[in-house]
Amino acid sequence: MTDLTDLTVAEIRDGFRAGDFSAREVASAFNANVAAASALNAFIVETPEKALEAADAADAARTSGDLKPLSGVPIGMKDLFCTQGVQTTAASHMLEGFTPTYESTVSAKLWDAGAGMLGKLNLDQFAMGSSNETSFFGNVVSPWRRNDGGNAPLAPGGSSGGSSAAIAARLCPAATGTDTGGSIRQPAAFTGISGIKPTYGRCSRWGVVAFASSLDQAGPMARTVRDNAILLEAMAGFDPKDATSLDLPVPTWEAGLSSDLKGKKVGIPKEYRPDGLDAEIAAMWDRGIAWLRDAGAQIVDVSLPHTKYALPTYYIIAPAEASSNLARYDGVRYGQRELPEGAGLQDMYAATRAAGFGGEVKRRIMIGTYVLSAGFYDAYYTQAQKVRALIARDFEQAFAQCDLLLTPTAPSAAFALGEEQDDPLAMYLNDVFTVPASLAGLPAMSVPGGLDAQGLPLGLQIIGKPLDEQSVLNAGLAIEERAGFVARPGKWW
Amino acid sequence: MLAALPMSIDLQTVKKIASLSRISMSEAEAEAMVPELNNILGWVDQLGEVDVTGVEPMTAVIPNHLRLRDDVVTDGNVRDKVLANAPQPEHGFFTVPKVIE
Repeated sequence: MTDLTDLTVAEIRDGFRAGDFSAREVASAFNANVAAASALNAFIVETPEKALEAADAADAARTSGDLKPLSGVPIGMKDLFCTQGVQTTAASHMLEGFTPTYESTVSAKLWDAGAGMLGKLNLDQFAMGSSNETSFFGNVVSPWRRNDGGNAPLAPGGSSGGSSAAIAARLCPAATGTDTGGSIRQPAAFTGISGIKPTYGRCSRWGVVAFASSLDQAGPMARTVRDNAILLEAMAGFDPKDATSLDLPVPTWEAGLSSDLKGKKVGIPKEYRPDGLDAEIAAMWDRGIAWLRDAGAQIVDVSLPHTKYALPTYYIIAPAEASSNLARYDGVRYGQRELPEGAGLQDMYAATRAAGFGGEVKRRIMIGTYVLSAGFYDAYYTQAQKVRALIARDFEQAFAQCDLLLTPTAPSAAFALGEEQDDPLAMYLNDVFTVPASLAGLPAMSVPGGLDAQGLPLGLQIIGKPLDEQSVLNAGLAIEERAGFVARPGKWW
Repeated sequence: MLAALPMSIDLQTVKKIASLSRISMSEAEAEAMVPELNNILGWVDQLGEVDVTGVEPMTAVIPNHLRLRDDVVTDGNVRDKVLANAPQPEHGFFTVPKVIE
């Protein structure tokens, strides 16, 4: 019999509906994989009972003919989404033990669509990181290994590294991610899976632990483009509880999938090919260009002149917003409290935050506080907002000449855990190709492009016009069909 | 342009930022933070070279209207839920250390 954990979301949904297997069999198979994979540290909390409960409801619905879009499909939930009655930590000590009394809009939509929860997935603390090394609950280890026999533990990417590792290791067929500067796309690239960040405002931010509110967007991660379309349809939609939620109907992205790109123009931004771009990354990008041409697209050269300023712009705006958002962790209303003997209120705040936040979180709060402080606000923050406008204008002008952009997702394959940890700046450079689209709020997706010489996955990024997730998914599908990416990590855990 | 930027951040500035951030920090932690923040801020200083004449600061990436709703109570009567995760709730209230002597 087929191993149920090898199936995609679409195959689980359709096979379950056809009566090939029960939802309980699917949930049990994934629960078993989760339980046997503690070496990956992908989950902070495992909820096998939740997965079984949803499965039993799905099996009953199949009998009564009351099926929902995701009936029978268990998924992983990034531990940045508040889940009622289930600890939600953002991988921080600050929120250790925090048990929401409410459900985030995105997770509620997924449960309403019939999905079940396998557990809460590890991440970089407060989603700040590109390697999953800032989690209070320990590093996530990628299931992938280099083919050099050295067995060095590799980073699964970040911040959605629990999600990417769990999907690549067949612990769940799909998971939620969130993307502020690349936190869905870079981990997807590192682990040979797909993930899409939709247009800013498509998915409600309500109930998602906030990092940088003008950038944060939820999105799905899965092994196929079709699965991403299915999940995104369930997650997206207007929510009056999020002031920046877009009041627009949710397109039927799965039904609209087509890998025929005739009539589409794909732009290749020259600024994404700097001197010193890794040769294997450049070669994979060239293959991607050939695949899209083969699918019928016309390839055009475009320029995004302010690309080199995107990362420094991001590292002003994101910490500024983070310093404001994370001011809420004061030891009074929720989360940890540190109350040294004889401490007053201000001492309690400072002690609580010193104990509750990890090093990278403190660093970003400090930068954000500095760039927003009196005397520096205009020089740093206002200047960054102006450069952000120029970066967005670059994309607008490029999209006057093309419908989509194709770039690499990350400048390298997965690095070893610990390898880039000592230099925050080197770590930030991982997001050099993903941050620009985040600053402009554009839909962007990573799909596997192949393996490098070390046997590690590399990702291709497709960036689309605002609200045109369909074209992004379709180009992703065209690449997926041609890349023929079937590699998977050998099981060692 | 960023002409007014200081050359670098010193220990005293780090301590001031930490205080504004409400993060207590030992002398050693603050000292370690000095080069880290200087590296990062030195790197973002390159934004000063961008000509932004006539450019409005971007405040929303996707054009969207802030919505109004009727001025009515939409929730409430959830005191126990609100307090459920408080580190030290008492008698239906949040508590803090004494602030008035």
